[in-house]
Order: sequence, then structure tokens, then C-alpha cells
Amino acid sequence: MIANTLPKSLQDNPRLDQWISFRAGAGAVHVRAGKIEIGQGIATALAQIAADELDVALSRLALTAGDTDVAPDEGMTTGSMSVEMSGTSLRIVCAEIRVLMLAEAAARLGRPAAGLAVEDGAITEDGAPTGLDYWSLGVSLDREITGAAPLKPRAAHRLIGTDVPRLDLPAKLNGAGFLHDMVLSGMVHGRVLHPPLIGACLVGVDEGAIARAGASFLRRGDFAAVLAASEAAARAAHAVARPDWQGGRAVTPDMGEAAWLVGKPALHARFREAPRAGGERVSATFSRPYISHGTLGPSVAIAQFEGRHLTVWSHTQGVYLLRRHLAALTGLAETAISVRHAQGAGCYGQNGADDAAAEAALLATLRPGAPIRVLWGRADEFTHEPAGTAMSVTIEAALGADGMPADWVTTIWSAPHVARSHFACMLPVQSLPDPPDDPEHHDPHPDGGGGASRNAIPLYDIPNQTLDVHVVQRPPIRTSALRGLGALPNIFAIEAMLDDLAGRAGIDPVEYRLRLLSDPRARDVLSTAAAMANWAGRGKGGEGRGMGIGLGRYKNRSAYAAVVVEVDVDTEVRLRRIWCAADGGLVINPDGARNQVEGGIIQAASMTLKEAVRLGEEGIASRSWAEYPILRFSEIPEITTKLVDPGDVPPLGMGECTMGPTAAAIGNAVAHALGVRVREMPLTRERIAAALQA
Amino acid sequence: MSTSFTLNGAAIILAAAPGDLLIDTLRSGCGLTGTRYGCGEEQCGACLVLVDGAPVHACGRETVTLDGRVVTTAEAVPGHIRDAFLAEQAGQCGYCLSGMLVAATALLARNPAPDRAAIVAVLDGNLCRCGSHPRIIAAILRAARGAA
Repeated sequence: MIANTLPKSLQDNPRLDQWISFRAGAGAVHVRAGKIEIGQGIATALAQIAADELDVALSRLALTAGDTDVAPDEGMTTGSMSVEMSGTSLRIVCAEIRVLMLAEAAARLGRPAAGLAVEDGAITEDGAPTGLDYWSLGVSLDREITGAAPLKPRAAHRLIGTDVPRLDLPAKLNGAGFLHDMVLSGMVHGRVLHPPLIGACLVGVDEGAIARAGASFLRRGDFAAVLAASEAAARAAHAVARPDWQGGRAVTPDMGEAAWLVGKPALHARFREAPRAGGERVSATFSRPYISHGTLGPSVAIAQFEGRHLTVWSHTQGVYLLRRHLAALTGLAETAISVRHAQGAGCYGQNGADDAAAEAALLATLRPGAPIRVLWGRADEFTHEPAGTAMSVTIEAALGADGMPADWVTTIWSAPHVARSHFACMLPVQSLPDPPDDPEHHDPHPDGGGGASRNAIPLYDIPNQTLDVHVVQRPPIRTSALRGLGALPNIFAIEAMLDDLAGRAGIDPVEYRLRLLSDPRARDVLSTAAAMANWAGRGKGGEGRGMGIGLGRYKNRSAYAAVVVEVDVDTEVRLRRIWCAADGGLVINPDGARNQVEGGIIQAASMTLKEAVRLGEEGIASRSWAEYPILRFSEIPEITTKLVDPGDVPPLGMGECTMGPTAAAIGNAVAHALGVRVREMPLTRERIAAALQA
Repeated sequence: MSTSFTLNGAAIILAAAPGDLLIDTLRSGCGLTGTRYGCGEEQCGACLVLVDGAPVHACGRETVTLDGRVVTTAEAVPGHIRDAFLAEQAGQCGYCLSGMLVAATALLARNPAPDRAAIVAVLDGNLCRCGSHPRIIAAILRAARGAA
């Protein structure tokens, strides 16, 4: 038997009609995909791909993504995989349908298929209509995908590779477009009372005040909520509920530091092992704190339990995984649950989306009939979404006689980066009677993308690498996936170390990297970004102005990016200019790619310079934008981006490729400006002052 | 208690009690979901509306204070400003954009030809988490040029 070499999405969803159907009469093409829109533009990119391979106008497409009743299961929308997975799958499906249609038309016309073409869904011969089209041919798509049809060559693309405007933006600029806006008849509004500490017990609540606010109170175990006829009434009742929480996993402010993780009970994995080389050894430890996703719109969900069927609307990144968790939560069969995706604000990883959906589902099964909407408040989002974990990264290297690293030993301490797959990690689950035990958290293997180990293995040709990862099993706060996982802190650490080694060797940092770099595409983005920034003229540094560079290939297998940052540093860091060169292979929508690349730069700059979740005795103490500042308009520099064209190669996921290189470039620019290195993120005024005094 | 004001060009009379917030009146009462609930603490700018031409956080403004005022929401910003945002593809998730449109409308009414610094000064209270800032600035410059 020949091994199935189709993409996993097609192996899991192997029939053509799971992806595409034609609506006769309407002249429409219904496209279904598993990857959902989270502000990254995937809906537009998938429409471009389908329309291009099918040879139909973009306006004919209707896309349904993320619906357990009708859309294919493609797992989670995570890890910059959507164009690579969903896009490649759709290309194969659409190319195959086009070939089937042409074969059917050829048979009906008694002509060779080679003489026929498709123009906006109509079959033509020598440019003349044949009277046949996709809708009238009636070809059954209830058949297995073979993957045998050739994909269009790059030169034949009409839409792929062009700046098609985002299909979802007009609605969003006209006051619609979000799950927050959905109103169902008879909808009841809920707010959940969240325990401040993990595992805290609810010993009392002011039920009288809740009733006076016009709301009812509902609890099961320590899961408790107020329900009211309007969002405002639910908010008011939540504000006066005065829950009395006792116990729970105690936290203190120092637990918010990455250093707290080091030495705590952990699962250890040694992903690389090599002998140590001789020579002088250099070692440094880098860190970043817990980071909030900072979703601008709080999490929301609607659930309705009616006629023994549970329907949930959520801005989850994975409707099928959420359905599995909801089945475990409610005791319902998965077939009795429908999960429908609707858009939320940008999530950048696992925010409160799934938790809010679980809460709404619980409330709906406790109160069957009316649809129940759960909306989080700003403080809920800051204090109860799973944060991106703090990380401590220690790199030790031996220096060869040539000044280049002769070994490379990395030791990482981290809390879990990925908790989504564990039912027990859903927020309301731990508040229910007899909660399941904490699961074991293993770090995903770096060869499959990694978690804490993501991008911990340098892209460079460095011999004798050892990589140890310790995943602390009981961190002080909930953690899960944040854009890039370990890529940002790991690339920050690697690139800082390389700069410092280059300095010791008296070699320019770009030249030092090039000596360690055989991958031509990595060399190309590095050299391109350096040229864009006039790296050769960057000056000596040490007097308050600095320029630094950072390079990475996301997950060591997705898109390449090199970022150069110029800063001024006095008491704090001011970004002056940023340049970026990125290589994402075949780019479906260059403008969309640039938007993602630049957005990643700004978000990573914000994390690197400003962001840290703060802990106090009452749990997370940074509860508002005032207490968790992010980069503002006045702090955004001019950014110049170039998409490097590597020729006719497959697409590589780009959504997260600039996170690590940006953090690294800022760290290196600050070191260049000051002449001393700050190794702990965020690079605040206090840390800069401390580094200068050391 | 009834409150009457002009909403997006039309006279409106509605029942409002002290404590009722404009954001709830607009979203739930009037179905104008363009006014986004972001933080409820007047810190992110997603809920900005114009009251007599000045940007106001709808999440912090009581509806009863609007008697006789002129309220403009994101749904009613001038078309050329919205078109400029589309032309620049100024947005990613889009959740912050209503507030950006409203802030831009107030700025351009006051200063039809703002430079980058003037735009940045006005937008500094508006948060964007996706990092669309450069495009939003470019969109407002484009709207000012009338090149949309």
C-alpha cells in the first residue's frame, strides 16, 4: 500500500464535499475550512486560494470556518499553520475539483479536456462559452480526495500573491462583525464570580444585593454566577455580589518573577545532548515574566441547551477540541453538542475564550431553554485568562580558539506553554465538585515545534548542543499558549549571547552570525535587513544610541525574519526605527503578510519593553490597562518591511515570525546603546538603571 | 425618566435612569454595536463616541446627561474616513477600530490637515493590541488628504 502523503487536514477530512459545494441557482461556491479568522486575515487568504485554483471570482465564495456541524476538523488555529495546512489543503481540493469538472465537461461535449478552460466557473473552449458551468455540470463531490491534480504554477496565479483587501474589515468598520454583537431572542446575561486564587472556595455571597440589582444567583460547587435580563444588570449584580473566597493556592509577589520557577518541582526533558567542548566557558541567564494576551475585547460566549442539544457560540481557536471538553464538562455526547465559531477580538493565543464558553455551557445546562451569554469584564480577562508563562533561559557556551562557540548548553525553566488540550485546565472545571487531578505537563518536542523549547535550538551551525527543559508543574497562576510560545524568550537569549560572543571576538555581530549560518534563506533575510538599516554605518554605540539585530526562523521550520532596531536610551528605551526582512515562501497576500509581520513587531516590542503580569497576595494584581501598560501610538516608530522573494517555494507560516527577532533586536540595540546588557525583560527604567550601576 | 438627544442625525427620546451608561443605551437599547465594550474603565478607547463633536468614553458617561446633546457613533462617521481605513487596510482584528474612527473624526473636524504628531497625540489614549498603529496613522493622513 502506498503511504498517504496528503496533508493531515485532508487525511482527516478526506472527501471533496467536506470542503467545497456548489449552490446551484445562486452561482455560489461554499467553502468550508477548519482554520478560523482571529484578525490574521486567514479568511481572505483561504478565499484567494480557493477562487484561484477553481478559477472563479472571489465574490462567488462563501466561507464557513469553525463549525462542528459543517466544517472540517483541522485542529486548532495556532502556530502560524493556517496557510500551510488549510491553505495547502484547499489548493489540492480545488485543483482536483477543477480537473473533475473539466473531465465531465469534456465527456459531455465529446472534446478533449485539454482544449477546455474555466472562466469564472464557466467551461469555455477557445475562449467561447460551452454552455456548461460548475453549477450545471452536477458533478458529485462525494468522493475521496486523491491529491492527483496538479496545482497551478505560480505564473498562472490570478489572486494568490496579490493584495486582496480583507473580506472581514468592512463589517468591522461598520459596527458589526463580532460575537459580542450577536443577540438571540430571550437571551439571558451572565457574569461569573471568579475565584482570585486557584482552588479557592466560595463561602459566602451577598444574595440580597444580587437580587436587589435585579439578578438571580446560581452556583454549583464553587462555580457561581449571576444571571440577569441585560448585560448592564448582570454587570451591576456582579459588582455588588461581594463573594467571600477562602483558601486556594497562595501567591506572593516574588512568584511572578521567572527566577521563582528555577528549581521548583518540574518535569525534565533533555531534547539534545552532546559532550562539552574544551576552552573558556561563557554563561548568562535571560528571562521574561508572565505576559497577558491583552485581548482588547473581553471574552464572550453564548450557549443554549434546548431539546437535549447544546449549541455554543465561541471565539475559540478550536471548535472540535472545545466540543470534546464541553462533553466532558456536561456529560453530553459530542453528537449532542454544536460549537460554532464567531469572531472575537484578537487573541494571540489562548485567552479566556474557551473558559467563557465552558462557563456559558455550564450555565445553559443548569438553566435549559433560553440562550445564556457570558461576558467577562476587563479585570476578568487580566486576572483569569491563562497568561503566557514566565521563562528563565540559561545559555552556556565554550569558546573555540577562533572565537566561535564550540558547544552550546541551554537550560530552560518554564511553566506550561500549552494547557488547552487538558480538560482539567479549563477555568470552571476546578470550581466544580470533585475536580479532576492536575494533568502532567510535558513540553512538546522541539522537532515538532516545541513549547518552552520552541526556537531554543539555534538556527546556526553550532556544534555540541545540549538542551534541558524543566516544566514546573504547579505555577502560581494559570498559563497557556501565547503567540510564539518560547520563541520570543529563546531567540532573545540566543541572539543576545551571539552578540556578546561577537563582541568578545571583536567581530561585527552580523558578520559573526554569517560565519555560523549556512542556510541561504536565513543569510538572505539577515543581510537584507542589515542593508535596509545601513548596518555598516551603525556607529560605535555606548553613548545612548544603539542599533541591534535579531534573526530567527519560526519553529526552525516556518518563516524567516531578521529585524533591526535603532533605539535611544536615557532613563528608558525609545524606539527610533525598525527594519524587517521576512521570507515566508509563497505569500498568498503580501499586504496581509506585511500587516502580520509589522503587528508582530509592535506586539513583541511592547512585551519586551513594558509588559509584566504582577502578582500580589490576592492573586494577579495587574487588573487594568493602567496597571498593565502596552505600547501606545506615541511609542511606535517608523517600521520598514521587505518580503524577500525566495522563488517558487511553498508557503511558510508568517504570523509569529517577528516576535523573537524583534525582542532580540531591541535587547541588542539597548546593549549597543549602553555598553552593558539587560538580560531580564521587560527592559524597564529600573532594570536599565540597575545595569548601568552594576 | 426620559432623555432626548440627537443620535447620528436623528432625534431620539428614550427612558433612562441615573446610572444607565451610554454604552448600554447604544449597544443594547439602540442596537448600535459599533460602540465596542473594551474595558468599561475609560482606558482603551474602543467605546469612543462624539458628544457635541468631542470624543467621550461611552462606558463612563451616564445617558441622562445627554439631554439636548448631539451624539455621533462609529456607525455615522464620514464615509471618506472609513474608506481611508479600508484603503490602508488599517486593522487586524478590528476591535479597536470604531474608537479609532471616532477619534479621527473629531481630530479632522478640528484640524483638517494634521501631521503625524498631531494624529499620534490624539490617538495616544486609544489602544490597539494587534499592532496596526502605523496603518491607522496612514489612514488618517489619507483621509486628511482626501485621497480615499
